[in-house]
Amino acid sequence: MAKILIPTPLRQFTATRDSVTVHGATVGEVLTALTTEFPDLRKQIFTDEGKLRSFVNVYLNDEDIRYLGKDATPAADSDTLSLVPSIAGGAWGRRGTLWVRLPTPGARGETR
Amino acid sequence: MTLSKDEILRYSRHLIVPEVGMEGQLKLKAAKVLLVGTGGLGAPLGLYLAATGIGRIGLVDFDVVDFTNLQRQVIHFTKDVGRPKIESAAEKMQAINPNVEIVKHEVALSSENAMEILKDYDLVVDGTDNFPTRYLVNDACVLLGKPNVYGSIFRFEGQATVFAYQGGPCYRCLYPEPPPPGLVPSCAEGGVLGILPGTIGLIQATETVKLILGIGEPLVGRLLLYDALGMHFRELKLRKNPECPICGDHPTITKLIDYHQFCGVPQQPPKEESKLTDDEIEVTEVKEKLDRGDNFVLIDVREPHEYQICNIPAAKLIPLGEVGKRLGELDPDADIVIHCKSGMRSARACGILKAAGFKHVRNMKGGILAWSDRVDRSVPKY
Repeated sequence: MAKILIPTPLRQFTATRDSVTVHGATVGEVLTALTTEFPDLRKQIFTDEGKLRSFVNVYLNDEDIRYLGKDATPAADSDTLSLVPSIAGGAWGRRGTLWVRLPTPGARGETR
Repeated sequence: MTLSKDEILRYSRHLIVPEVGMEGQLKLKAAKVLLVGTGGLGAPLGLYLAATGIGRIGLVDFDVVDFTNLQRQVIHFTKDVGRPKIESAAEKMQAINPNVEIVKHEVALSSENAMEILKDYDLVVDGTDNFPTRYLVNDACVLLGKPNVYGSIFRFEGQATVFAYQGGPCYRCLYPEPPPPGLVPSCAEGGVLGILPGTIGLIQATETVKLILGIGEPLVGRLLLYDALGMHFRELKLRKNPECPICGDHPTITKLIDYHQFCGVPQQPPKEESKLTDDEIEVTEVKEKLDRGDNFVLIDVREPHEYQICNIPAAKLIPLGEVGKRLGELDPDADIVIHCKSGMRSARACGILKAAGFKHVRNMKGGILAWSDRVDRSVPKY
């Protein structure tokens, strides 16, 4: 079990919640539980092959899981996981670009 | 190098701080800083870096001030709307401190010009707003061995750190790749609290001055996260990735690449005057249909808070995220026109409806912005 902090760009996929607590003994299990509870989030943070997207980093407390045990890193009740997406904004002028993926046509209709 | 009598008076509150003093103020005067972007982050950066007495500040920007900038880009004033940002910014910085030399690079930073522009500066501050330029600035800084003072913002959250400082981690160590091709700029998701770039830009300014003075603990190897709503600062460890393609043990990137291709972002946005496709309808034709009382359904797929800003009263509001589960409210045989702010989200919604078997679905080209331009000028733009 661990608390997961959800950053603003992903809150639209977690019913606007800024943190979610789910069960799981490892980081991988916690993320699976999270995306099971919020299926729309799955496509945002995992590739079709189930790999974590390279522009979303996951931290266990203040450490990047890439330098711990990745998905297999143990997660204790007292741990906090953070999803930290790459954001490009600086001015948000007309050239502002967002990484958020809009639903592919039809996909959302089929999953809901 | 010395300070004039006027400069001594101007910088007296620095000179009496032991950590700065005359030695530090002369370091600032000798420093050459490149500020990439004079927008949200660049505005406070430009004002404070000029005031603080940096000797030479280079500005890179090719944008023009518009009304939507004024809510946060405090270096630009209402009277500057329509002017090049670089002129507007340089004027304010020079007015604050005539001792500062401002160098204007009114170009889009590119793989062709970045090395040449960056090489004359000690330090680069990244105040840009898009992925291709961020990777470009990062790579050029790594290749040239210049620190890259980074900040980025989204709505109520910001990130800041110093990349590529004395061989430390770079942007690619943090995010090896940008969002993959197929991810689209979203008109649905923009927006930022006007004050947020002030906070993040001034963290960048603080780090810039600390690096020049060589005092304190630089924000290196640490990613600072700021949450304005919770009013929290958090710090995450930022490690150098030994497999980093540009600063790792075996770099594969040894010169600048094509960053638009790398980020999957088309270099030239599609021209507005492009031809109408079969799936599109002009705003003027929608107006005619309404005036004639044609039997059709107009759907607005923007968010409720956008509908409150302005709307076409005949339109039914179904936010894009709800379209899939509210198909039952619509007749698959009906004549349907969908609009959003500028046409991007409505194109997605058209795709969803067509995939669900709707036969007569068209996208109102240019969205409510085009409606404001060409049908009803009383409709506000945002």
